[in-house]
Amino acid sequence: MQKRPILLSILDAASIIVLAVSTYLALVFAPTEAVMGQVQRVFYFHIGTAWVGLLGFVIAAVAGIAYLITKNTRWDRFEVAAVEVSTVFFFITIVLGSIWARPAWNTWWTWDPRLTTAAITELIYIAYFMLRQGIEDPEKRARFGAVYTLLGGISAPITFMVIRLFRTIHPVIIGSANANQEKMSMTGDMKVAFFFGLFAFTVIFIDLIWHRIRLGSLEEKVEQLKLKVSM
Amino acid sequence: MNSKSEGRMQKAESGHPSFFKATLAIIQKDLAAEFRSFELISAMLVFSLLVIIIFNFALELDVKVRESVTSGVLWTTFAFAGTLGLNRSMSVEKDRGCMDGLLLAPVDRSVIYFGKAISNLIFMLIVEAIVLPVYSLLYNVNLFRLDLVGVILLGSIGYAAVGTLLSTMSAQTRTREVLLPILLFPVAMPVLLSSVKASGGLLIGAEFAEILAPLNLLIVYDIIFVAIAFMVFDYVVEE
Repeated sequence: MQKRPILLSILDAASIIVLAVSTYLALVFAPTEAVMGQVQRVFYFHIGTAWVGLLGFVIAAVAGIAYLITKNTRWDRFEVAAVEVSTVFFFITIVLGSIWARPAWNTWWTWDPRLTTAAITELIYIAYFMLRQGIEDPEKRARFGAVYTLLGGISAPITFMVIRLFRTIHPVIIGSANANQEKMSMTGDMKVAFFFGLFAFTVIFIDLIWHRIRLGSLEEKVEQLKLKVSM
Repeated sequence: MNSKSEGRMQKAESGHPSFFKATLAIIQKDLAAEFRSFELISAMLVFSLLVIIIFNFALELDVKVRESVTSGVLWTTFAFAGTLGLNRSMSVEKDRGCMDGLLLAPVDRSVIYFGKAISNLIFMLIVEAIVLPVYSLLYNVNLFRLDLVGVILLGSIGYAAVGTLLSTMSAQTRTREVLLPILLFPVAMPVLLSSVKASGGLLIGAEFAEILAPLNLLIVYDIIFVAIAFMVFDYVVEE
């Protein structure tokens, strides 16, 4: 196995530090929200994980296109890493949202368009892993995976259009809200915690993807060795 | 078999069959095979009626409930019956080695895609054309409206477009039939969602402005799915 690059080790350490700082900013530094109280603090991580979750899905679609064009397995490993890490982050987003929704909306889950489409997006990427599992030939697996991430990447944006198309009770953070939608307004300290949260999760996201890509190349090696033994 | 001999005939005539002619040949082949046995359409049809009956028990479709859920019941039925048809039409090609024959034909790969997608669409439309009057009769609502038929046509186009691509993929996996609905339903959700919204709006007599948003979304996703499937189909049938 290749030796772990120094940059990766630095990134590991940086991830732990920014996560700790971000936790401090969210739980202690940011002022308590006037209406929602302490539970609003979940929002800093909710946005952070949502951001990297969706970023990963977009990256995966781009990597999928790159694979279809170049047929280089490196892109396939990148795509798998992005989807896998993002699926976990997106799941965390949904769980954190649920925790916030319990006191705010008085329910863990409601069939609001935004929540429904988020659940569908998550299911698309779970289906992606089921598709890959069902194919033995690595080359075909990569090809089909790329096509499916592309389709998923097209279907997912509806998650964001839906908030403007249909009436929803989910608060709007970025962009302008309709008159009947809740708009969150943040004070300066809240903004610090908010943007640092975005930054922290981006660092962690890159770190995890890097590890997953390295794991992917090991997996490939194991697969090749297995083939050699069986022959 | 039919398609191969027809393809050859056309080749003998003009050297290379035109895109349109070749697509038509594949559709003709599928329809001819289907109209000899009625395997697919009869299975889809009986299945659709069973789904409607199950909904009748599950939701107790009395007059009041019916008004709000008719479009949902219809689209669930079409989606389920659609996967049944998509699975069957692709596994037939795969099992009997017809797919290899199609791939050997001297035509562009996208011809195969459009041929299969259009014949899948035709099967869906035939089933829908029978289910609609039956539903109207059973529940005493008039579903014979030009605008509703238009929405159903648009929804079926999007569904068949992305369904044909995904069924080609799922037919080549280990889990096959089981996998198609899992792959298809979440991806086709924009189409299903907007179809349900648009036809639901039509049925309760909403104003056109209210139906416009889902209708736009439906048309946009129809175009996107057809275009994407057309572009990537090559990679899905490559050997």
